[in-house]
Amino acid sequence: MRPFEYVRPAETEQAVAAVTADPRTSFLAGGTTQLDLMKDGVLDPQRLVDITRLPLKGIMHADSRVHVGALTTMEELAADPMLRERLPFVREALLLGASTQLRNMATIGGNLLQRARCRYFRDPTVAACNKRNPGSGCAAIHGIQRMHAILGTSDQCIALHASDVAVPFVALDVVVHVQGVDGPRAIPLTQFYREPGTTPHIENVLKHGELITEVEIPLLPEGVLSHYLKVRDRVSYEFALTSAGVALQMEGDIIREARIGLGGVGTVPWRAWSAEDVLRGATVSAESFQAAAEAALEGARTLPGTAFKVELAKRTLVRTLETVAGASS
Amino acid sequence: MKHVDTPTRPGEATSEIPDVEVTLNVNGDPYRMRLDSRVTLLDALRDHLGLTGAKKGCDQGACGACTVLVDGKRIVSCLALAAQYDGREITTLEGLTDDGEPHPLQKAFARHDAFQCGYCTPGQIMSAVSLQAEGRAGTDADICEFMSGNICRCGAYPNIRAAIRDVVSEANDASV
Ligand SMILES: Cc1cc2nc3c(=O)[nH]c(=O)nc-3n(C[C@H](O)[C@H](O)[C@H](O)COP(=O)(O)OP(=O)(O)OC[C@H]3O[C@@H](n4cnc5c(N)ncnc54)[C@H](O)[C@@H]3O)c2cc1C
Ligand code: SF4
Ligand code: FES
Ligand code: FES
Repeated sequence: MRPFEYVRPAETEQAVAAVTADPRTSFLAGGTTQLDLMKDGVLDPQRLVDITRLPLKGIMHADSRVHVGALTTMEELAADPMLRERLPFVREALLLGASTQLRNMATIGGNLLQRARCRYFRDPTVAACNKRNPGSGCAAIHGIQRMHAILGTSDQCIALHASDVAVPFVALDVVVHVQGVDGPRAIPLTQFYREPGTTPHIENVLKHGELITEVEIPLLPEGVLSHYLKVRDRVSYEFALTSAGVALQMEGDIIREARIGLGGVGTVPWRAWSAEDVLRGATVSAESFQAAAEAALEGARTLPGTAFKVELAKRTLVRTLETVAGASS
Repeated sequence: MKHVDTPTRPGEATSEIPDVEVTLNVNGDPYRMRLDSRVTLLDALRDHLGLTGAKKGCDQGACGACTVLVDGKRIVSCLALAAQYDGREITTLEGLTDDGEPHPLQKAFARHDAFQCGYCTPGQIMSAVSLQAEGRAGTDADICEFMSGNICRCGAYPNIRAAIRDVVSEANDASV
């Protein structure tokens, strides 16, 4: 790790000002991404602004919405009784991520901003990585691709967004509240991330120094059932090969409303809009679920190492739909 | 308050970057230290306080060998800067013994031969202490899932589970 200055401001405004003023100053929350990448030599800020003691922790319920302070940990959010009852797929996604130790450190804000798990991104001895070093190429496209994306990719980067909880979040139309030097703004999560295109080093719409202060989760109508399924190479403590977060509002065996997020496939947490369109008004059946899965994966671009993901992702989605529809009948 | 002398690491030029003043409350005792800002909680415990219970396996948050409790909750101390934990209550394996008497989980690990090389064991035990406090040791499936952040290269998992089961069911019996 390169030397850096450590500061811990007491006020949110000071933290925002300190990072905004200097491109080589970064926020430090739980540290489970930031310090990991600094140890690897991928990140080398001159100054870290520890935000963990800012008053941005805690969960508030109001008007069918859950307001989650950005510094709330994954374990703290998973323990929320309202979430357990009304949005089980958020809780499942949280508890299927990382380990208890990491979830006690990792914050919700930091989780949304976790960086690519691409092994070439994380290894500075590899020269070609457009995300780490714009214009240098992409080692993964000619390398080992098992943990890479098939949707939203470009010929410059195929790195996956590996967050689990972002999958139900994106399906729920969660809103991210941020604070900048010019004031606060609210960004729907579905518009928060940027696909790599020709600028893989730009991952989201945040300006340098903008701080996530809160994540606002809308509750679904009572009676809506949901489930998160994560498929991986080992049963626990592993990133998803594929995953699906599904919520269905049913009336008998007719699907009134469907919300679907996919993990393990997208360069950004993936909202499967077209699958939702297929299911809205459809009757529960193997055919409608299959049609939804086909729609969700339409346009997938694979490489030899990721070809298996198309079928796996479809089956993951179908299984999740069956589970949710089965539980509501 | 104990003051710990922490010289600059060997071979390292003193930089312009200020050190950090940190007070760690470890196993009930406060230690005041001046540290290079890069020092992790794990290195502070091991290299500066001589508490070598917490082990360094991967140094990347992946193995759990460095598990300690902060304010009663388990974390991996290798991905934590010591400075971030200024003023917090830290419990290491050394803090589990009560007047020289091992913690019930330590005894159970010995009784069940829940290790081979022993390198992961302090982390396993700290995690198991936490698991019990979290109320997640009810079933074998839960023990597997919620202990998955502690890797054992020797594969002592069946005996680790047996040791945990033993202590948890004893505690449950005692509470009836
Ligand atoms: C071994 C391992 C396994 C993992 N497995 C999983 C998994 O299965 N599923 C999963 O979803 N995740 C997994 N993770 C990732 C983990 O969830 C993230 O590292 C964590 O959520 C990041 O949160 P943090 O608070 O530690 O952020 P930090 O590491 O402190 O910060 C991450 C980034 O976000 C910035 N930042 C943090 N908070 C804010 C804020 N409020 N506003 C603006 N910028 C901010 C920081 O500057 C930094 O760039 C794993 C991580 C490890 C190390
Ligand atoms: S996939 Fe993206 S992150 Fe990975 S090597 Fe290519 S450019 Fe870098
Ligand atoms: S040494 Fe900390 S998790 Fe491996
Ligand atoms: S006993 Fe050797 S690593 Fe677990």
